[in-house]
Amino acid sequence: MFKKLTLGIATALGLTAGAAFAAGGAGEVYDYDFSFEGPFGTYDEMQLQRGLQVYTEVCSACHGLKFVAIRTLGDEGGPNLPDDQVAAYADFWEVFDPAIDDFRAATPNDKFPESGLETAPDLSLMAKARAGFSGPYGSGLNQLFKGMGGAEYIATLLAGYTGEEKEEAGTILYGNKAFPGGWISMAPPLYGDDVEYADGSPTDIESVSQDVAAFLMWTAEPKMMARKQTGFIAVMFLTVLSVLLYLTNKRLWAPVKARAKGQPAE
Amino acid sequence: MSGIPHDHYEPKSGFEKWMDRRLPVIGLLYDTIMIPTPKNLNWMWIWGIVLTFCLVLQIVTGVILVMHYTPHVDMAFASVEHIMRDVNGGAMLRYLHMNGASLFFVAVYAHIFRGLYYGSYKAPREVTWIIGMLIYLMMMGTAFMGYVLPWGQMSFHGTAVITGLFGAVPFVGDALQTWLLGATAVGQPALNRFFSLHYLLPFVIAGLVIVHIWAFHTTGNNNPTGVEVRRTSKEEAERDTLPFWPYFVIKDLFALAVIMAVFFAIVGFMPNYLGHPDNYIEANPLATPAHIVPEWYFLPFYAILRAFDGEVWLVIAVDWITFGIVDAKFFGVVAMFGAIVVMALAPWLDTSSVRSGRYRPMFKIWFWVLVVDFFILMWVGAMPAEGIYPYIALVASTYWFAYFLVILPLLGVIEKPLPQPTTIEDDFNAKVAKSKGGTDGATVATPAE
Repeated sequence: MFKKLTLGIATALGLTAGAAFAAGGAGEVYDYDFSFEGPFGTYDEMQLQRGLQVYTEVCSACHGLKFVAIRTLGDEGGPNLPDDQVAAYADFWEVFDPAIDDFRAATPNDKFPESGLETAPDLSLMAKARAGFSGPYGSGLNQLFKGMGGAEYIATLLAGYTGEEKEEAGTILYGNKAFPGGWISMAPPLYGDDVEYADGSPTDIESVSQDVAAFLMWTAEPKMMARKQTGFIAVMFLTVLSVLLYLTNKRLWAPVKARAKGQPAE
Repeated sequence: MSGIPHDHYEPKSGFEKWMDRRLPVIGLLYDTIMIPTPKNLNWMWIWGIVLTFCLVLQIVTGVILVMHYTPHVDMAFASVEHIMRDVNGGAMLRYLHMNGASLFFVAVYAHIFRGLYYGSYKAPREVTWIIGMLIYLMMMGTAFMGYVLPWGQMSFHGTAVITGLFGAVPFVGDALQTWLLGATAVGQPALNRFFSLHYLLPFVIAGLVIVHIWAFHTTGNNNPTGVEVRRTSKEEAERDTLPFWPYFVIKDLFALAVIMAVFFAIVGFMPNYLGHPDNYIEANPLATPAHIVPEWYFLPFYAILRAFDGEVWLVIAVDWITFGIVDAKFFGVVAMFGAIVVMALAPWLDTSSVRSGRYRPMFKIWFWVLVVDFFILMWVGAMPAEGIYPYIALVASTYWFAYFLVILPLLGVIEKPLPQPTTIEDDFNAKVAKSKGGTDGATVATPAE
């Protein structure tokens, strides 16, 4: 319902529906419509699987996911891969095992490897560590009304390279409209058609960015669907309980109030 | 226990009599739960039970979280992620604990401002008030130390800023800060002791809560009129009061259920809204976040801390008079703690003989300005200290002190209070008579079977 409200306001302002730019002091973040937004939003299993593919084929060259266990790829409310695929996927990675003091093939119980490049941050929690819509005026209201924000930030950043380059103190910086300050040291990772999806989904840069952003939202908040479900049940239960307690309270006080009515204030 | 005359506990069964001669605990519980309570209490008197619930919620979720948490600089952040990912129900437990702190502070601020408006701090309830202020201080300490434990960026750098405040104390500042941190900088010793104290203080709070309840059970509750319960006879007292059970327990539980519904909506649908995104980045001493912002419940006092910078004439004057011993930084620290001290001294600063703000026409206006002032301070505390914001903070901070130190003492002298009802019963009857005109009238008139 928030989404509708946002759309309504965006249309009213004469902007393209759903394409409102939330311009913060830091950078521009595009308000993508993700399936997991709002109180009833859920992860799109297929999108998470596509995102995993993008992560594996592109991001993992430099970045890691050190807090994410590979077995969780089989979790419901996540990519939900079958067990044999999870095992096969784990086998693809090599991890360092202190017990044998050597590298070995990963098993589903291992975590994803850490970042291989020292300057590349770990991505496990990136979607929660970057609140794209923290405005206006730092109030965080955009986050409240437009979704969590981090996934939008990531998607905008990946698709937001301006193509400009500059050199500063020996480092090449790339122009990016989402990154705070406008210049980022990460080279553009996506150019369009970087991956080939088995399900034939579009592989243009915007779609791929959204897929991997959704995947990273899941790695940051893997229990989101269970949480929303618990929240929904709790709110329903407490609403019913409130009504019952309201009626009990009213009944309890009725004789007291009737007596008070019998003897009005002097 | 209470000074209000009422029926005391009489042991009836054989077991009760046997127990009562040895340990009169049933009688203690009975008299506590059956305390005569002014029947005109309004909905602002529900926060006590919300606060008690918060304390229990925080202790229960906290004790379970501790089972899976590791207080080590290299492992704390990962152990919190372990809770979020691998522990059954761990994500829910942690979000309840995180947002429980916010609910705790929402409730305590409502509770404090209730007390300020209805003069609950005035004689004979000064001790209740002072103990309440101690609980509030301990809550702030506990919440602050709890925020350090996940060892995120904001945990780490927030700790550096806040413990740095103690470094501003003249002469002994550096030694004091080192003693607090157990080292010259925030690190493993600080994390260990904050973890220890974060576990300890809630139980100290629980003890103080019992004393808080004991104190107001001795004086009796205040009420919206501020008029005392008649105590000359049991019959008269019973016309002003109702036993806490069941009348106020059910009423409070209803309010608690409504608040819980909102709370669970936040925990279920937007659990990170009140937190800071930077705390999902593991602590890194070498990278300082652009803006170090404390949790929302500290913002008003954080604003007061920053308001008195080196450009305020008062600060310059004090610096000059004390030969630089009280510099701008220390002045800010004194102001921050002073803001709570003046609030704690309200019972002696308020000179009015009328307790409830309801019958104080001038007080009412100043009080609501104070409420607005509090929210302005909260907002400006989150803003960077540049441009217009420091001026707003200075004006708002000045009002905070002026309210307690100037306005409260003066109002008692110059204000002409409105007539108060003679008894609580009169007020209650008048209120019921008024509400009869509404849609509730029909049901109120129907006597219960």
